[in-house]
Amino acid sequence: MVASRGNDSNPARIPALGLRFLALVLVSILLMYLDHRENHLDGIRRGIGAAVYPLRLAVDAPVRLWGWLGDSTTSRNELELELGRLHAERLLTNARLQRLTALEAENARLRALLDARSRVRDEVRVAEIMAVNANPYEHNLVIDIGSRDGVYDGQAIVDADGVVGQVIETGVMTAQAVLISDADHALPVEVNRNGLRTIAVGTGEIDQLDLPFLPNNADIRAGDLLVTSGLGGAFPAGYPVAVVNSVTRIPQEPFADVTATPSAALDQVREVMLIWSRPTVVREEADE
Amino acid sequence: MSRDRTSRRLPVIITLVVGLMLTIMPLPESIRAFRPDWLALLMIFWAMQLPRTWSVGSAWVVGIVLDVSYGTLLGQHALALCFIVFITVRFHLLMRVFPLSQLSATVFALLAIYQFLLFWINGVAGVVAPATAYWGPVITGTLLWPFLFMFLSGVRYRARSGD
Repeated sequence: MVASRGNDSNPARIPALGLRFLALVLVSILLMYLDHRENHLDGIRRGIGAAVYPLRLAVDAPVRLWGWLGDSTTSRNELELELGRLHAERLLTNARLQRLTALEAENARLRALLDARSRVRDEVRVAEIMAVNANPYEHNLVIDIGSRDGVYDGQAIVDADGVVGQVIETGVMTAQAVLISDADHALPVEVNRNGLRTIAVGTGEIDQLDLPFLPNNADIRAGDLLVTSGLGGAFPAGYPVAVVNSVTRIPQEPFADVTATPSAALDQVREVMLIWSRPTVVREEADE
Repeated sequence: MSRDRTSRRLPVIITLVVGLMLTIMPLPESIRAFRPDWLALLMIFWAMQLPRTWSVGSAWVVGIVLDVSYGTLLGQHALALCFIVFITVRFHLLMRVFPLSQLSATVFALLAIYQFLLFWINGVAGVVAPATAYWGPVITGTLLWPFLFMFLSGVRYRARSGD
């Protein structure tokens, strides 16, 4: 051991250690400054991100394999049960959809009467969540499509039950998204019952959102459904976000203490939908 | 010569790649905050043992890769990792003769400094995170250190006797 240590255990100081350290610290600070202020460094991020991509795949592979094994060894009995369940579900959904088509047509007619812009249908695409956890300080997830498939920063992500989050960083083949429960995330919502607009802020708890800007006399109660209002521009309007679960009015305080539970299963989703919401204004004018 | 160098670096690189995989591996939400800082632990070990090959420069590169895979501010983990590796290299001769208990205490201090720097930069940049996100990794990392130390010493010994 002693003989084979060679150069490394030479008691002499490592040359220019302090100098190199100082230089690297300065470079780090410069990088952080540039990264925080502007998005100058997206190219670098993308380059290194592409290098990390195989690792993400490697981490994701066993989980995927496990899921695939589970799928392919399901017994016939279970499959039949599942099929029955899905049939019933489809029947229900279809019935509801029939009404929706009629309503949509009616809505378009009424909007035309009012001379308002009609809503354009959003384009969606399914993405799978990769089994990788990223940032320890944020609630986020990594999806398996990126800028190659047209994903862009700020794009809205929903699942079958409601809004999940939005894309914050687009790589070439993967993208990172922040969940609505993240402590730094806020999204404009409205109460479905009466159109009361407010902002839903993440708390850092996966199953709770806060509505901090509602006055004590606001017309809101437990059980109200919150949907996106589309005001921020990032999320298209009308997607369910959360259900209010408690309203506490404290007389001395200016604002009521309102919390809500996200409709989407934020910690259980495996597949999500990305929404390409087209700017309706531009489209309408082009059509006419 | 160069073949000799590559064969000597390969085991270290493999441990770092495995460390990165463990870092981005999914964990249930409840224990996610207690994921140890694998790469910080690995870099402390290798900087202590082979300070001429694994010093502040490699720590910085590892930190940048960590920043990209985490999606944090570019340079945040690089700076923090660079700092603790600098301390490690400065005192590597001392740390090598420490008994394991004392070394674990040192590693605890280093991890605490690492998390403090991350916390500090987060504070400047306005990122809010629960306190366990900072304390969890320090505690689990320190508890894990003796086992990791013995394992990595084995790796190092084998890598040496192999060539």
